[in-house]
Amino acid sequence: MHIPDGYLGPATCGLFYAVMLPLWAVASKIVKKTLKAKQVPMLAIGAAFSFVIMMFNVPIIGGSTGHAVGGVLVAILLGPWAACIAITVALVIQALLFGDGGITAIGANCFNMAFVLPFVGYYLYRVLSYNAPLDSNRRVFAAGVAGYIGINVAALFAGVEFGLQPLLHHTAFGQALYCPYGLNVAVPAMAGEHLLIFGWVEAIVTALVIKFLQKQDVNLLID
Amino acid sequence: MKITTKLWIGMAVLIVLSPLGLILPDRFKAGSAWGEWGADEMQKLVGYVPNGLAKLSTLWNAPMPDYAFKGWEEKGLPHLSFAYIISAVLGIAIISVAAWFIGKVLTKKGD
Repeated sequence: MHIPDGYLGPATCGLFYAVMLPLWAVASKIVKKTLKAKQVPMLAIGAAFSFVIMMFNVPIIGGSTGHAVGGVLVAILLGPWAACIAITVALVIQALLFGDGGITAIGANCFNMAFVLPFVGYYLYRVLSYNAPLDSNRRVFAAGVAGYIGINVAALFAGVEFGLQPLLHHTAFGQALYCPYGLNVAVPAMAGEHLLIFGWVEAIVTALVIKFLQKQDVNLLID
Repeated sequence: MKITTKLWIGMAVLIVLSPLGLILPDRFKAGSAWGEWGADEMQKLVGYVPNGLAKLSTLWNAPMPDYAFKGWEEKGLPHLSFAYIISAVLGIAIISVAAWFIGKVLTKKGD
């Protein structure tokens, strides 16, 4: 889901930077108020975990690859705004150091994976785990569902961003200037592979770690 | 043992296992992620390289492109797996320090 340079036109890149700048500002403000000093090591671990879990490319046999993001997990543990900051750090380093995701697309990639994904996942988890005891299996289930839905909504956004490009930018002869695939191809491709494969990877990763943390230190799950 | 210590041990295990993210796609003949093709792959897929894509795709020259060392594109899986592990270590080090620093600054009281 790391959109590279050259797939999104200048308007889309600019728009998502413009959307993310205030969101990053709000995130800093809210995290400043809510994050406790003793949670700082978890913020570092969350960002690092999100980075390394994204290295585990899962193949679709004979097709493409994809991976979990781990962002819903970070959101459950630290809240969605802290998760936004943690995942943003991971995405920026991925783009700068490893060329994974474009420089021009950092705004869009952060919107999809550092904003949409943790927020959808977090609030869904809160609804599904409402009044559930901290050590209950309902929390594990809620985490899994939240992971699955969170990454799928993010993938849907990425698909729409890809798919709008041929409409926005093309030559007089109909050749695309950026992503050549329209909504009819990009949305089913991005949504389909995440619904079928990668969403389950995110669900399993999220649920397993929550299960592990329940046994280790259930207080980490206090909302 | 503190929970953070345990989680860092888990992270070390993930670093060692990370080449699976390279080896499994290779074994199962899976290509790039959707929408993350290089210019040459794009040529094969749609018969041309979109003009803007051709220009922008070379905009940034990452120091360790695709989690490997520069010029290692043609090396075999053992080499690439090694580079992948180094990338994981480097990435985790930089990202955790950066996030830790941001967290420290944000949780600083009294200003």
